Amino acid sequence: MYSNKFGRLVLGLYSRKQSSVCGIAQGCAGRSSFSWTAVCKERTLRLQRGGCPESHAASSQISSRSASHTTVDPDEVRRFQSLSGKWWDEQGEFAALHAMNDLRVPFIRDNLLSVHRARHPGRPLAGLTILDVGCGGGLLTEPLGRLGAEVLGIDPVEDSIGTARLHSSYDPDLRDRVSYKACSLEELSAEEEEGESEELEVSQYDAIVASEVVEHLADLETFAFCCSNVLKPGGSLFITTINKTNLSYALGIVVAEQLLRIVPSGTHDWEKFISPEELERLLESNGFSVQSVQGMLYNPLSGAWSWTNSTAINYALHAVKVRDDPLPDQTEESSSYQDGSADTHR
Amino acid sequence: MHKLTRATVALNGLGRCLIAEKHLSAFKIISRGLVSTDHEGDSSKSEVYDVVISGGGMVGSAMACSLGMDPNLEGKKILLLEAGNKKVMDKVPDTYSTRVSSISPGSATLLSGIGVWENITKMRCKPYKKMQVWDACSDALITFDKENLEEEMAYIVENDVVVAALTKQLDSLSDNVQVKYRSKVVKYTWPMPHQSVESIPWVQVMLANGETVQTKLLIGADGPNSMVRRELRIPTVKWNYDQSAVVAVLHLSEPTENNVAWQRFLPTGPIAMLPLSDTESSLVWSTSHRLAEELLELDEESFVDAINSAFWSNENQSELIETAGSLFRGALSAIMPSAGSPRQLPPSVAGIGKKTRVMFPLGMGHASEYIRHRVALIGDAAHRVHPLAGQGANLGFGDVACLTQLLSQAAFNGKDLGAIQHLLEYETERQRHNLPMMAAVDLMKRLYSTNAAPVVLLRTFGLQATNMLPALKEQIMAFASK
Repeated sequence: MYSNKFGRLVLGLYSRKQSSVCGIAQGCAGRSSFSWTAVCKERTLRLQRGGCPESHAASSQISSRSASHTTVDPDEVRRFQSLSGKWWDEQGEFAALHAMNDLRVPFIRDNLLSVHRARHPGRPLAGLTILDVGCGGGLLTEPLGRLGAEVLGIDPVEDSIGTARLHSSYDPDLRDRVSYKACSLEELSAEEEEGESEELEVSQYDAIVASEVVEHLADLETFAFCCSNVLKPGGSLFITTINKTNLSYALGIVVAEQLLRIVPSGTHDWEKFISPEELERLLESNGFSVQSVQGMLYNPLSGAWSWTNSTAINYALHAVKVRDDPLPDQTEESSSYQDGSADTHR
Repeated sequence: MHKLTRATVALNGLGRCLIAEKHLSAFKIISRGLVSTDHEGDSSKSEVYDVVISGGGMVGSAMACSLGMDPNLEGKKILLLEAGNKKVMDKVPDTYSTRVSSISPGSATLLSGIGVWENITKMRCKPYKKMQVWDACSDALITFDKENLEEEMAYIVENDVVVAALTKQLDSLSDNVQVKYRSKVVKYTWPMPHQSVESIPWVQVMLANGETVQTKLLIGADGPNSMVRRELRIPTVKWNYDQSAVVAVLHLSEPTENNVAWQRFLPTGPIAMLPLSDTESSLVWSTSHRLAEELLELDEESFVDAINSAFWSNENQSELIETAGSLFRGALSAIMPSAGSPRQLPPSVAGIGKKTRVMFPLGMGHASEYIRHRVALIGDAAHRVHPLAGQGANLGFGDVACLTQLLSQAAFNGKDLGAIQHLLEYETERQRHNLPMMAAVDLMKRLYSTNAAPVVLLRTFGLQATNMLPALKEQIMAFASK
């Protein structure tokens, strides 16, 4: 009985991811880069950017910022709107992701606030730049923007970006602070490198958020490397994902894919799930220092998430990019502070 | 070819939504031009607010102040719409107003939290420490008081004073809260729960002056005949009591401490005398429409006589109930000699304030839903009670406190203020409090609307027993003072 509920939970999350993958396959036939896996394998893809179809070529950072729904083809607007109806229905398909904001937004906010002082009470994250990797319809991007941060959401799925862009275009509070770009982290990272060498412009981020993303990546090394590349020294990396345990295998693969067959067999690759210990090791070897790891539990009956001590299924992780020239006592101090703030969640 | 046709259609102004044909730049410019004059023009002209409050009465104004002062909501665009004029009170008028509210300590806490209470006490308000409720058909009575009469039980405040104090506070919050007086809403346009093609996701409010504003959250504080509620077609349970309230300012025959609220249940309805000052009290007499009209017609002297006899007369008491009641009381005091409190007599009335006699119909109503997509109802728009328990304003202020707290938390979590999740929490929490209160008030009203012997006997015993049980009385008071 109980495992059944779990099954629904995990399955729900999976079907979400899966639908976005389907979206790519249908929506971006013109592009060869249609999933994270492919993107990560072919790092050379960024070179193809020039050869991308017109719509993509137009989506430079500037146009993505000023993008309003009137500049796109009406047919496309309609498609985004129907997608938007799915993404933004708080009680629909993505209900669990909406509900997860109750944990992940405070998690990100409080960890950032323990380092950066809030100067504006109504916009506690004002002055910070955040990169939301795999933003989807912008479910997490918008709340972070509302808290005052300047957020760039990226996702290789063009349809998701179109949806996110359309949704945020209605809100005047978000228009200036939230922008979206259909690209992969690798492409962005490469761009940053180019930009830096040309104009010496430092457009690095105070924080990177990768929520429910890393379980779909093939090459986590590259991911960690790119994160470190675009992050400011001392910047934060927030990850939420699914653990690689027997339980997550049973619920996610066996129940969801093979028994209930709601998710087509083979959608999820348990091999790509990662345990917190492994993720920690990987990040530490890429110049991050992991501050806290916390388990998250979804109650399918109440539709709410809560913090838990067990990281057996879902968990959230906060890591900080180690400064090039670390001041030992400062890092220690901040890390103990982080732990303190993390404890309050339990 | 297809594209060309569409662009032509756009040119003709029929399909103004079809835009941005990449290969026909000239047409694109023209069609965009059309768009910007019509469709686009509308949405860019009208401002998008985070919260619009419709109705600037006591509860609506308190809501605006409360949101405007919350640190987590700093920088949010808040607008208060009031159909009437701005009500400023430079100097408290000499005469008392007839419309008064009983403000519970809980409401006073809310008002002091938003910096208004101090102003109210400076202007005019009268605390009372005790309440005596008794029956016209028997000697049964119940008194509520705070231990040792030290704490205030509640305050009687003129509604005008509350609104004036709130208006003054809103003036000082003009950076955070915008107020449009004399602005009547003519039309609300509700958003679809899920975004559909070409629709604006916000609530649109059209004002009588032709202006349109958009808002992420609309708070309906527009009273018992709420237009917001009507336009949303929210089912509302309501009934008229076939009663009207006659209100007036009473002059007492001699100055007293006057810190007791008196209420007597007559078979025709409850009559209440609420302290305003040492020499004046406010009358709220709920009775049948016919009797109310008669009372309004009476000359001053007969009206005063009618009031005094309503509080003092024994004509409705029957011997049987008298005997049964005193036997029961005797039995109770044998068990618990110390409990209960002696009966006190209300002050007698000598006259009434000039032109203060007014009547208005009474009703009760409860909206089955307090919220809809991007809308919340507060105060009388959501629930209207009989004035007999003095809870109308307090329930409204309770809504304000609850909704402010939830919106503040939502803002701190980066949520869309109009999102359904925290609105649902508001509805659940408030209905859990408001419904029992309304049911209790309604039951009281019904229980005392009769002089049939069995009912009278029952309520006599009930009232006497309750009066003997301090723990139960404390519970009632705690619930009513929230």
